[in-house]
Amino acid sequence: MNIRRRGRVFVPFVLIVAPALSLAACGSSSKGGASGSDVTLSLVAYSTPQTALDAIIKEFNKTPQGSKVKFQESYGPSGDQSRAVENGLAADVVNFSLESDLTRLVKDDIIAADWNANATKGILTNSVVAFAVRKGNPKNIRTWDDLIKPGVEVITPNPFTSGGARWNVMAAYGAQLKQGKTADQAKAYLDKLFKNVPVQDDSARKALQTFTGGKGDVMLAYENEAIFAQQNGQAIDYVVPDQTLLIEMPAAVTKTTKNATEAKAFLDFLYTPPAQRIFADNGYRPVVDGVAKPDEFKTPSTLFTIADLGGWSEVSTKFFDPENGIMAQVEKGIGVSTTK
Amino acid sequence: MTQLDSELALGHRPATSRSVPRPISGFTLGMGFVTIYLSLIVLLPLGAVVLRANQDGLSGFWHQVTAPQGLAALRLTIGASLLVSAINAVMGTLIAWIIVRDRFPGLRVIDALIDLPFALPTIVAGLVLLALYGPNSPVHLNLAYTRTAVVLALLFVTLPFVVRSVQPVLMELDREMEEAAASLGASSMTTFRRVVLPNLTPAILAGTALSFARAISEFGSTVLISGNLPFKTEVAAVHIFGQIESDNPTGAAALSTVLLMLALVVLVIFTFVQRWATRRG
Amino acid sequence: MGKWLGRGIALIYLLALLIVPVGIVFSRTFQHGFGPFWDAITAPNATHAFRVTVEVAFFAVIGNAVFGLVAAMLIARHRFPGRGALNALIDLPLAVSPVVVGLALILVYGRFEPIGRFLDSHGIKVIFSLPGMVLATIFVSLPLLVRELVPVLEEIGTDQEQAAWTLGASGLQTFRRVTLPAIRWALAYGIVLTLARCLGEFGAVAVVSGGLVGKTQTLTLYVQQEFQNFDPVGAYSAAFVLAVIAILALIVINVIRPKEHN
Repeated sequence: MNIRRRGRVFVPFVLIVAPALSLAACGSSSKGGASGSDVTLSLVAYSTPQTALDAIIKEFNKTPQGSKVKFQESYGPSGDQSRAVENGLAADVVNFSLESDLTRLVKDDIIAADWNANATKGILTNSVVAFAVRKGNPKNIRTWDDLIKPGVEVITPNPFTSGGARWNVMAAYGAQLKQGKTADQAKAYLDKLFKNVPVQDDSARKALQTFTGGKGDVMLAYENEAIFAQQNGQAIDYVVPDQTLLIEMPAAVTKTTKNATEAKAFLDFLYTPPAQRIFADNGYRPVVDGVAKPDEFKTPSTLFTIADLGGWSEVSTKFFDPENGIMAQVEKGIGVSTTK
Repeated sequence: MTQLDSELALGHRPATSRSVPRPISGFTLGMGFVTIYLSLIVLLPLGAVVLRANQDGLSGFWHQVTAPQGLAALRLTIGASLLVSAINAVMGTLIAWIIVRDRFPGLRVIDALIDLPFALPTIVAGLVLLALYGPNSPVHLNLAYTRTAVVLALLFVTLPFVVRSVQPVLMELDREMEEAAASLGASSMTTFRRVVLPNLTPAILAGTALSFARAISEFGSTVLISGNLPFKTEVAAVHIFGQIESDNPTGAAALSTVLLMLALVVLVIFTFVQRWATRRG
Repeated sequence: MGKWLGRGIALIYLLALLIVPVGIVFSRTFQHGFGPFWDAITAPNATHAFRVTVEVAFFAVIGNAVFGLVAAMLIARHRFPGRGALNALIDLPLAVSPVVVGLALILVYGRFEPIGRFLDSHGIKVIFSLPGMVLATIFVSLPLLVRELVPVLEEIGTDQEQAAWTLGASGLQTFRRVTLPAIRWALAYGIVLTLARCLGEFGAVAVVSGGLVGKTQTLTLYVQQEFQNFDPVGAYSAAFVLAVIAILALIVINVIRPKEHN
């Protein structure tokens, strides 16, 4: 076949592909963005609630105040998302897994100082620190003491990069206190616990992947993360230990939003029983009474909150200061970096 | 000034002479466009990286580069890349040899497939390797979360470099020398070693250099299969990504500068090898 | 004997590293039949991701096509001080890690940097938005077209162009009617390479995009997201689409390559 004949085949090929691509490009540029009465809200959240929020958005679109609202969602590790918003990622509504990820934005004047002035103090969903184990719990891990037994591999992310890991650490520490141990004994427990941690991933979601990928015997996780993995076919079970920490995940509307009415309407909607029910279906403990079914979530005998331990501002400095914090010393003891 | 000069100065093609070079204005316009394009997209950003890395002076730079996790990532990356490049030097040459000198059905398809790692998105490459060597491996070979996985990913993405570097040289090679050596009684091994290899060496080195530069930069293919375990399977690019996300752009810039310097050294070697090759004729 | 050993080793290596893994992805994608695959790739997030990918690639290819032509003409047709530096600078992106590309762009166009702040005050968002992704994609695919065009331009020489000149053609006319047709296969080859590279970019856009689902999430980022969301069908299906595009590009390139060398 000579060149000219092949050329006749090729040139039409290019002529078809090029307009197709431009059509696709034009098509996507005309979609999205506010047009007339349509409002687009930018929702920036941590990684786990994606399924729940997608379902809630569908319900919100069925309501009168939500019918004309479109959403742009971004999901990722809580700390990263918070820093992204700080660096210019546009957000109308935010939902993080750690309060300090939200209060960081208060300092930058992106979120109002009274964000937590509502009935639930700004907390949208709850969960607890649980132990994720292999299906059937072959090593019979049920208590905090089981975690420090020799030969047990515990997976938890690095608390200096992962917000989620901080809940784990404080749950472990608090559980010791609630068992009647002294502060020194509780710190010694942390040393022993982290000696059993073979590797510390950067984020909670990565740690979950490591665990479901086959590494470790038990993972310290949000209860809702364990439920999420189960719902997606992962062969794991979870145990709620007798003493554990209540995980409180905050949400707020930003000050920088250009659609304050719609953003507030959506935030309010998130607190309604139907939305909280969707959260419950996805493994979260609702903050509104009467939504959770009896026996749906196991109640630990001793449930404490971060406020019992001094609140995040005190805890962040006392435990997680990269140079002098208690966890910094624990990590140095096992040779893991705490500085960025 | 003659009329010719003034017309040239105005950027006009002289009406009288037709053997003069192109109008200056076209060249200037082109250079201007290229300079602005490159500055905005390549020069300025890369310069900003080097600048940011030295924000706290040379001691600050050193402090960031020698931070334990970053150092571990660099060590793993360089070590794995050297290993991969060595493997590629051997296997790439072998594969190029087979493609050029051999004939069997399906060889042309294999030849075309060699380029697949070039064309495939790196995250897809990661998924591809995970399919065979991950937790759900059909041959029960689970390499996920190991350093072997890192080496595997790097081997995949650097496969074409040495092959494509050696191939054209092999194709052009004059077989008379080999035939002469054979007729003089040399074994094929000796012929290869003393007749063929010296001619291929520049190409092999060039391909290996490219392979190394690519390997130290690799990101997407390691993300899924290596698990990115800090201190164990986290490569430099992944660590830099973590530093960016953790709001430490200075640390990220410092490590990036190290990678850039390494790549630059490799590029310089590559250029010299090419010149050496062309000088040999 | 040695011949069979060599063949065997090479084939086993290629099978284990390249052919079998790719084959497994293909089979896993359709493991549960065509239905789930179709549902996965027509899911709204997947189609949005595809659109974003195409949109970014479109602008990046156009930018680099114009740049490629101009730069190649400059390098191949002129001698000027700094020509070597220009050549090296254009090749530089090949040696830069995609993550470093993203960082580099953030350090210039991020909200807190001088240029970024200036643009931000005029309402132009680069990082976490499409322009940033286009810049990142332009960076990584910058050299591809130039490297294809320069050798061909040097090879065909200036005889025909000079002839057109002496016959009275303007610079633009000469380019359009003499140069361009002569390099059309190299041009096509380079554009397909560039397009394939742009469609497949992952690392650089992962850094600059913010992963806004539906707005700045490319298909490659979508693959990662679905994998981390324990949705293997979604991840494999999107990966399959990307793999098919890559293979199509390979086929087109292999069709063009012999013509380029004629």
